Order: sequence, then C-alpha cells, then structure tokens
Amino acid sequence: MDREIIESHVTLEEYKKIVNLLGRKPNLIELGIFSAMWSEHCSYKSSRPHLSKFPTKAPWVVQGPGENAGIIMVDEEKEICAAFKIESHNHPSFIEPFNGASTGVGGILRDVFTMGARPIACMDSLRFGEIDNPKMKYVMKGVVAGISHYGNCVGVPTVGGEIYFDQCYQTNPLVNAFALGIVKKEKIFYAKAAGVGNPVIYVGSKTGRDGIHGATMASEEFSSEEEVGKKVNVQVGDPFVEKLLIEACLEAMKTEGIIAIQDMGAAGLTSSSVEMASRGNVGIKLELDKVPVREKGMTPYEIMLSESQERMVVVCEKGKESKIIDVFEKWGLDACIIGEIIEEAAIKLFWHNEEVAKIPINILTDEAPVYYRPFKTPKYIIENRNYIQNNITEPKNLNEITLKLLSSPTISKKQWIYEQYDHMVQINTAVYPGSDAAVLRVKGTEKGIAISSDCNSRYCYLNPYEGGKITVAEAARNVACSGATPKAITDCLNFASPEDPEIMWQFVKCTDGMADACRVLDTPVVSGNVSFYNETANKNGKRAIFPTPTVVCVGVLDKIENKTTKDFKNKEDIIILLGENSGNISGTEYQKLIQGEFKGTGQTIDLAFERILQKSIIEAISKNLINSAHDISEGGLAVTLFESAFDNNLGFKVRLDDEIRTDFLLFGEEQSRIIISVSPEKENETLEFFKIKTIPAKIIGKVTGKEGTILHKEKTVVKISIEEAKNIYESNLERKLEQ
Amino acid sequence: MIFGIPVYPGSNCDKDIGWIIEEVIHEKAKYLWHEDSNLNDIDCIIIPGGFSYGDYLRTGAMAKLSPISEAIYDFAEKGGLVMGICNGFQILLEMGLLPGAMLPNKNLSFICKFVHLKIENNSTPFSNLYEKEEVIYIPIAHAEGNYTCDRETLKEIEENNQVIVRYCSPEGIIDEKFNPNGSVNNIAGICNKKGNVFGLMPHPERASENILGSTNGLTMFKSILEIATGKA
Repeated sequence: MDREIIESHVTLEEYKKIVNLLGRKPNLIELGIFSAMWSEHCSYKSSRPHLSKFPTKAPWVVQGPGENAGIIMVDEEKEICAAFKIESHNHPSFIEPFNGASTGVGGILRDVFTMGARPIACMDSLRFGEIDNPKMKYVMKGVVAGISHYGNCVGVPTVGGEIYFDQCYQTNPLVNAFALGIVKKEKIFYAKAAGVGNPVIYVGSKTGRDGIHGATMASEEFSSEEEVGKKVNVQVGDPFVEKLLIEACLEAMKTEGIIAIQDMGAAGLTSSSVEMASRGNVGIKLELDKVPVREKGMTPYEIMLSESQERMVVVCEKGKESKIIDVFEKWGLDACIIGEIIEEAAIKLFWHNEEVAKIPINILTDEAPVYYRPFKTPKYIIENRNYIQNNITEPKNLNEITLKLLSSPTISKKQWIYEQYDHMVQINTAVYPGSDAAVLRVKGTEKGIAISSDCNSRYCYLNPYEGGKITVAEAARNVACSGATPKAITDCLNFASPEDPEIMWQFVKCTDGMADACRVLDTPVVSGNVSFYNETANKNGKRAIFPTPTVVCVGVLDKIENKTTKDFKNKEDIIILLGENSGNISGTEYQKLIQGEFKGTGQTIDLAFERILQKSIIEAISKNLINSAHDISEGGLAVTLFESAFDNNLGFKVRLDDEIRTDFLLFGEEQSRIIISVSPEKENETLEFFKIKTIPAKIIGKVTGKEGTILHKEKTVVKISIEEAKNIYESNLERKLEQ
Repeated sequence: MIFGIPVYPGSNCDKDIGWIIEEVIHEKAKYLWHEDSNLNDIDCIIIPGGFSYGDYLRTGAMAKLSPISEAIYDFAEKGGLVMGICNGFQILLEMGLLPGAMLPNKNLSFICKFVHLKIENNSTPFSNLYEKEEVIYIPIAHAEGNYTCDRETLKEIEENNQVIVRYCSPEGIIDEKFNPNGSVNNIAGICNKKGNVFGLMPHPERASENILGSTNGLTMFKSILEIATGKA
C-alpha cells in the first residue's frame, strides 16, 4: 500500500504497530477500521492517561464511564434512574452548522435510549466567535435552527444550555449536546454482546456515503479556514426516523430477547460492532452485503466507515429475532440480520461469502496506542502573573457599564435561542430556561431533576487548574441554587491540539482541577467525551480555543415543590449576600469590556468552603427559608441583582460598604457567592441558619420600587429603571443578530 | 368517559394528553394506532401535537391519509367530539373538518412560549366552563401556526362565532402586537359550524398543572367532561 494512503489513515509509527500486531500488512478495509478505532475521537489515546484521575464512583452511581451513557439513581424506593451524557459535535457544526448541530442532538439521544432510558431532556452548550462577525451569525443561526429542527421533531424538550461569545471560537465554534433519559433500574440495557450464534440485527436508516471518516476528521485540526468549506463528511440527520427509532427501540426492549444494543455513532458500524464485542469478550461476524444501503456500488470499506445517522445494532437471542424485527417493521423501519456473534474474539467481515477483513478485537481496543504527551507551562501564563488590575482607569458612569454588561451577548437573555426550542414537550419542565438550572419533574414520584451546563473557559484559559475546579463547582452551585443536591457530572473536554505541549498542559491542569472539585463536591464523572484539535491555522500561526471543559451537573430534588428560581418574588423581601466580595476582575466580562482581552491569573475557589455553601443553600431551600437564589457569575454582583429583578419586574435597593474599588466590587466575578431573597419574617431565622453553617451572610438591601439602585459607601453608584434595563437585556441578542 | 388519542408516526404529545386525561382529570385514555379504525367505545377524540410523518410534504398532509383519520372523519360527521391540538389542528385542516390552512409563522422560526388567549365563545363543548372574554395563559410551540383562510370563509367563521380563542395581551387587548405567528384576526383556535370539532395551536395540556406554571388549559378538558358526563 503506498505511503500516501497509509498516512491518510494512521501515522507511519502506528502503521508499523498494526503490521506488528497483525503479523501481516492490513488491507485497505482493515486499515480503515484501525484508523477509526485508533482515532483520537474513539480511542482517547492522548487523554486516557489523564481521565483515570476522575472519581467515578458513589453509592448513587449505577453506571460510570465506559457505557453509552452514565446512570445515577434518582428515586431509591422506586428504583428510577437517570441516564445522561454530553458529547461534542464541533467540527461538523462549523462545516455545516444546521446538519452538524442537528446530528449532534441525534447522536446523544441515541446514546441515552440505547440504554433503555426514555429521553426527557436535552441541553446544549455553545461557543461562538464575536457575534458581529457575519460568518458567526450564519453559523449561530444554523446551529440553533439545527438543534431546534431535530429536538422539536423527536419530541424531547431542550430545557436549557449556555452560550459564550469569544474571539477564540471564531474559527472553532463548539457545539456540545447533552441528553438525559429516565429508566427503571431493572430495565437498563447494556451494549455487551454475548452468546455465540446469536444474530446481529441492523436497525434504522439505510447506510449511505455520508460521514465517512467523520471520527478521523474530528481528530484533526483544520489546516485553514478555506479547508472548512471543502469537507464533505458531515452527516444529514432525519429526526422523524429518530423519533420512530426511539419508540421502536423502547417497545422492542419490552419484548424478551435483546441481549445488547448500541447505536452507530462515530465510526459507525465499525465502532459499534467492535465495542459490543469487546465488552462481551466475544467476536462478531458481519455479512456486509446484507447491510441495507442507500445507493448502489458501496464498498465494504464505505459501509464500515459510513456515519449515516439513525442506525442501531442489536444482538438478540437466537430464535427471538422475528418478534424484535416485527416491532421495528411496525414502526416502518428497516431491520435485518447482518451477522452473528462468534467465539473467536475477532471482527470478521464478509462480502458475498468471501472474507474481506479479520482483526482480533483486543488489537483494536486494548492495544490502541496511548500517548503520554509532553506538556509545559505556556508563556502567556507566566506573563499574566504581572498583571495589575488597578491600572485600569475607574469608569465614571457605572450605569452605562452595567447596561453594557447586561446587553453583552454572553450575558443578555437568550430567549431568541430557547424560544426556538420546544422546551415543554413531555410536560415535565418545572423551571423553564433562563434560571440557574432547569428543573424537571419525574412523573410518578415526588422528585425533581435539576440540570445545569457550565464552563467559563476564560477562567480555564487564565488558570486551568482553578478554572477546572470552578467549572465543576459552578455547575453544581447552579443545581444547588434550584434546591437540588448535585449528584454527578458528565463532561465534554474541548481543547486544541494535544500535540502542542502548552495545550496539553492546559488539559492536564484543567482535568486536575475538575477531578479535585468532583471529589470534594461528591459529584463523580459518569460519562463524557474529549474533543481535541479545536484549532485552525491562520496567517499568524494558529488560533486555538480557550480550554473549554464543559460540565453538565445533574442533581436531585427530594421534593419538587421546593424548587427555587433566581427571581425576586415579593416586594419588601430582604436581599442577602452569601459569601464574600473581593473584587477580582481577571477573566471577567467587565475586563473584556474595558480591556478587550483576558489578563491576569483568573479566578480561584476554595472547594471546602464551596461544599459547605452548597450544602447550606440546599438545606435552606428545603426548609423553605428563602424565596430566590441566584449564583453570582458573569457580570458580577450588579448583573446578578438585575437578573433577579427582571422576570417579576421588581426593583431593588442595595447598600454595600466593602473597602473595594466600586467597579471591582460591582463587576468582579469571585466565586462562591449567591444572592438570596427572604421574606422579612424569616430574616432572623435565615441569618441564624447561615451563621451556624459558618457561611458569611449579609443583608445588603431589599426588593423595592421600580428601579435597581446600588449604593456604595452611601453614594449612589447605579440607578437604572428595571424596565429600561430589562428591555436592553432582552432585546440585544436578537438585535445584534439582525444587524 | 373514554378519550381516544390517535398516535401517528411522529406524534409526540400523545402521552402528554394521556397523562392529563388519566392522572389529572382521572378519566380513561385509549391510544389509537394510526392503522386502526375502530372508534366504537370512544367518547371524544383528541388529536395530539407533534410532527406526524415528520411534517413531510406539508404539516398534517400525510396524516389525513391514515386509516384512523378516515374513522375520525366519520366520527366527526356523526357529531362526535373531536379536538385537535397543534399538529392535531393542522391535521383537522388538512382533513377538511375545519376551514382554512396554516402558513409558516411570520418570523419563519419555531416559537415556544407562553401567550395570552381570549375566550371568544364559551358556548362550545370545549369552552363551556370558561367565562366569556376570559384571558387565559397557555403555551404555544409550533413553526406553522399562522392561520389563514379566504375572505369569505373568514367572514363566515367570524359571523358564526366559530373563533373560540384569539391571541391577546395580558389585559385581553386583541392587537397585531400580541399576535405571535401572524394568524389572520389573531385566530388561535376555531370550531366547525356544528361546534363538535375544535382545533387550536396552543397546548392546553401544557397548562393543566400547577407545577407547569398554569392550570388555565385544564378548563378545556373539564369542559368536555362537563358536556359529556355533567361531572366536571
């Protein structure tokens, strides 16, 4: 085989390893299989050594990483569990925003219902470049339309998400899709093949030429912006087929006989069949000429590497196949036997009865390369240590700054996005998008599930270790602010090229921080994925994204009627600040506004304090002490107060006396702070409660009037009518998009 | 009372309706597969929202060809109560049980949000427990809810009081400003001349429990119960 063909699949080094392991040269089909299975996307070859530091166990964890999705217990008594996972679809979404994003939703839904869980919620974490860039407008509109198109049609509500706009995502937007489903513990299905002679059934859409080598593409950087337009391997999804597949799979799972089931995601039939066989220590034989194809003349190579959407593989008990096939046919889906489980632990492929490939399973999985990539502290980290925030001139008009922050695309209200998503279907959504966490009821129980997606990549860029900690802590804090106990996380680790030691350093430090936070906050990692190579070459070298380890935290509310939102509820309620101000503006939206870039050493967090803060807020909510809770995040204290005021059109008057420069005090984003509001008659009880918990709790003002007023040392520093601020906060995103 | 809920491939609010029928108003729900055509024991049909047949061709255009739709047509012709919600409304229009048609929303996007509706006619089987001119709070979720019809039809349905609900302000003001999708005369839901077939774009099942933020939609289900059994 000539060198060019080899290098288009694997490195020469890896090729040598393949020849060595096989004891012969691979043919092209086999090489294609290796290239997919050994791709960064499927094999985690650069990240694996570092992922092992994540805690993955807790008494409530039913299934940790390694399956299609992670699973936690929600209702012990009724044995109701939640299965969830987040996954990236970054590269396809930049090439073809609509289909890239929509197939991202489709793929993550299949990971969830594959396990027997009915999907009840989706979320999406998005990152774009600056919104005034025309290309970004196009990408963002396409991504939102794609998510809307797919999620709405399959009938799974998109209940929330998060979105940031920063220059570094200009040529590398991120689309991370999350899905969560509900399943009874005894009804969980696994993707572990077993039983020699058992048939392998192919279900769903026909196989086409779309998406061939998608997994490999997702494991490379774009060599230029122009290259992006030339890529053709983005799949096209059909949510209608996905909806049929959901119903048919869940119905088929009720009949007896399914042993293992897995969706065909990245690397299609290759990874699904290999992974199923690998988990069960068996082999798999496939007759590729039996695979339903969309067009004539498809080769075994193309069939094995196609990433056509809405396809599943099922292994069932021999003799029970017809009943299972009947269910799929009832739903109008293709279902046919394409192979069987064999004793020899190998994947054997046949084409019209002729063996065209044979590879031992363990070579593809256990023997996949692992790279202990070198890492070193980046230059910018060292330079940033000299940053002094006091060099910023203090602005005179803080009303203007507050309004600018409220209208920044990252902070402003996202209803332009979430109103395009059906966020109510299935009638479980109890807290709608826009609060700190989405809350869903669990039908048939008193429980609620709270979900929050988070990652401030600016902090991760300036201080990857602390940023990693904060990512987990903030997602968990959002969940806690709704009244739910954070139980576990799923993560999507988006980074640039691991072959660059400075990027690898970001990865190592971020994951160190995340692991520490997960340990302290009792939120193990139960599923996730890694997306490297989020960088694009340009005239000045390359543009890498900020390290973006997106986290979705899932929590459980024992009594859903106790759910709390961010909004002030009543006039005259007392506003209390939990935690302490220090006025750190490094990595803040304010710093971006004033300085146009992120400098300094970022934000830091004390995890031990954070743990007590979260436990206390959850307990306070369960005791009905408080009427609202809102985590202080982007935009700082001032923005947080206004955000709490908008939904019910309630003004506030707040007095601060900290010995901190006013702009730093109002717009700093130091961690572990929550704004709560309480009824006047519960003021003393609440203060006493937090005192016992050793959490600093300070009355800073009350809900009153029609304006948002902040005094610092008796001087009015901000005074804006709620109506005016709300108008700007709610209209700006749409206005900018239409410009 | 037995409510029949047709399930087309792509229906996705069928279980939501079933939940309200069984768990909230404590009546019987029977799911009807699109290939069935037996409606013998059914007292009222509720066609659910969703994307029947993936909205291919045109919303509701394929669903009208299903065996169950033919049975529903006969059921309605004989005076049976039929309500269509969202995609169900679109299907009723395609079947010709209700006049008019749907265009894409005027902003060309899917819209999911709470809106206010004014009860224009409270003398139908679907609205009898509302006050006349009552303003209710209820969500919409659709991409094609921009109701339209020719001038003559519009005149006719207005004169016959066939408009049951209209989009309005929280105070009940009917104005283009409060029209989310561009529907002619702010129409959100209409019935047929006889009053036994009702279609609306908003989702009453999404506003039938406190936990969901509104119970204004529940009155619609209770109205049906009141007419059929007198026990709401």
